[in-house]
Amino acid sequence: MSDRRALEIRGLRKTYDSGVEALRGIDLEVEEGAFFGLLGPNGAGKSTTIGILTSLIRKTAGSVSVFGMDLDRDPLGVKRAIGVVPQEVNFNLFERPEQILVQQAGYYGVPARVARRRALESLEAMGLMDKKDQPSRGLSGGMKRRLMIARALVHQPRLLILDEPTAGVDIELRRTTWAMLEDINRSGVTIILTTHYLEEAETLCERIGIIDEGRLLLNRETQSLLAELAVETFVLDPVDALAEVPHLEGFETRRNSRGSIEVDLPRGQNLDRVFEQLADQGLRIRSMRNKANRLEELFVRLTESERAATDLTSQAV
Amino acid sequence: MTVEDLPPVTLVPESRLRADWVAFLTTVRKELVRILRIWPQTILPPVITTALYFVIFGPVLGDRIGVMAGFTYLQYVTPGLIMMAIITNSYQNTSSSFFGAKFQHHVEEMLVSPMSHNAILLGYTVGGSLRGLLVGVIVTFTSLFFADLSVEHPLLTFGVALLTALTFSLAGFVNALLARTFDDVSIVPTFVLTPLTMLGGVFYSVTLLPDVWESVSYANPILYMVNGFRHGILGTSDISVQLSLGLLFVCAALFYCLALALLRRGVGIRS
Repeated sequence: MSDRRALEIRGLRKTYDSGVEALRGIDLEVEEGAFFGLLGPNGAGKSTTIGILTSLIRKTAGSVSVFGMDLDRDPLGVKRAIGVVPQEVNFNLFERPEQILVQQAGYYGVPARVARRRALESLEAMGLMDKKDQPSRGLSGGMKRRLMIARALVHQPRLLILDEPTAGVDIELRRTTWAMLEDINRSGVTIILTTHYLEEAETLCERIGIIDEGRLLLNRETQSLLAELAVETFVLDPVDALAEVPHLEGFETRRNSRGSIEVDLPRGQNLDRVFEQLADQGLRIRSMRNKANRLEELFVRLTESERAATDLTSQAV
Repeated sequence: MTVEDLPPVTLVPESRLRADWVAFLTTVRKELVRILRIWPQTILPPVITTALYFVIFGPVLGDRIGVMAGFTYLQYVTPGLIMMAIITNSYQNTSSSFFGAKFQHHVEEMLVSPMSHNAILLGYTVGGSLRGLLVGVIVTFTSLFFADLSVEHPLLTFGVALLTALTFSLAGFVNALLARTFDDVSIVPTFVLTPLTMLGGVFYSVTLLPDVWESVSYANPILYMVNGFRHGILGTSDISVQLSLGLLFVCAALFYCLALALLRRGVGIRS
């Protein structure tokens, strides 16, 4: 990773005409070459932030700089540096994939001959070559997403922004998309993705920002964030069906909807005491896995404490 | 590919101008492809409608109406009918195409790109004008099956047709920017454009009207366009050619400035 900044946001605010305050002063920096995840629930301000970065939404206040280019002073330079994959399909469904890519390259000033070559290369890379001449409305959901990624890359941007790229897609496609994005990032392209799938951010992003109610609650390295978590949850699948949730001294336990036992393990403790107590109670365990909910826990904790602080402030006023 | 292989993020002004030219050509090409792809909706209907006018005002009614300004009635109305096709098609192309892009959100493909507002506006305007002129040419050839026509002033005829197509393409673009629903796109053609065209001297000379209505007719800008075009083809007009051309230049410039200002402010396209 380089020490140059791909993105620098200062005091970013957005209030819509309706009066809704979507962003309440965001400060954010993303280093060049990074894979950055912006997490938050629906309505947190993720899409508004992306909308401002891509010039689809006008900011109310603050500054945005992309590779040192200021959005207000050099909007065209900023646009040239960014490729965007929106949340919803937004290409012309009556046009063909090749046509869509060639046109998009053309909007960025790429001459037709070069655009056609790049479009074919992108379609090949995304596994869409055999669909290049078919109307895009006939593509499957996964193919449409891949086409949008190809479209965002056709002008060779240095910063790729994806707004919930795997929302509503099946597990297999999600994994394929993740692998694709990791390859793109390895090629030197800085990636910012928004998601509310915490597992996605945990898997892909080396740095995570959490946004809620228009405020950036934190911006930290994923590993240091995870290391801070006090509790890790393990899922244990019993050999025999459980009549009731076993009581384990010193551990919080519960039964999930599939009949497995979920055990919260405080940091610094090992699993030996858990298995000892289970054996004492005559419970045998067939398999065990780590539940990928660590960020979820952090997220809930952060947003709850933020809301509590806001409530206290408003009461004081 | 490594970071070093990626293209530079900054461009010199000349490169930006060249990039904008490519973006403009891309938009024009896209519009032409769309027009030709859906030719049963874009090319065929106006040709059939105008052919019906020729049938009605030629063999069916024309001979009974008699001579107007020294020409058969069909010869007299033909320039107006060609102009009507140019006006409606130029307008409809930009209004429906750009509103469709807004509605389906693929206008965002252009808005996130570095292409300038001028390139977007000119791309759509030229695309719409090309449809208007293409339909105009086809209608002109169709008219030759019914009327004996020769063009008196070719340059003037082309100039008036081009300026009219540009003016109404721009007007259609403004309509698309301001429209929020498909109804908003059809209101202007139905309640403004068609009445103004019908009352704009396509089917009659305004000098035949009572004084009051003749005076009212001079407030209709389409009257100047139809008469300018008629002068180009037949050499006769109710209005001075200089006035027609002057008004067309003013209208085109006003609509261009209005469309560009709305586009820059992001009216209807940016939150």
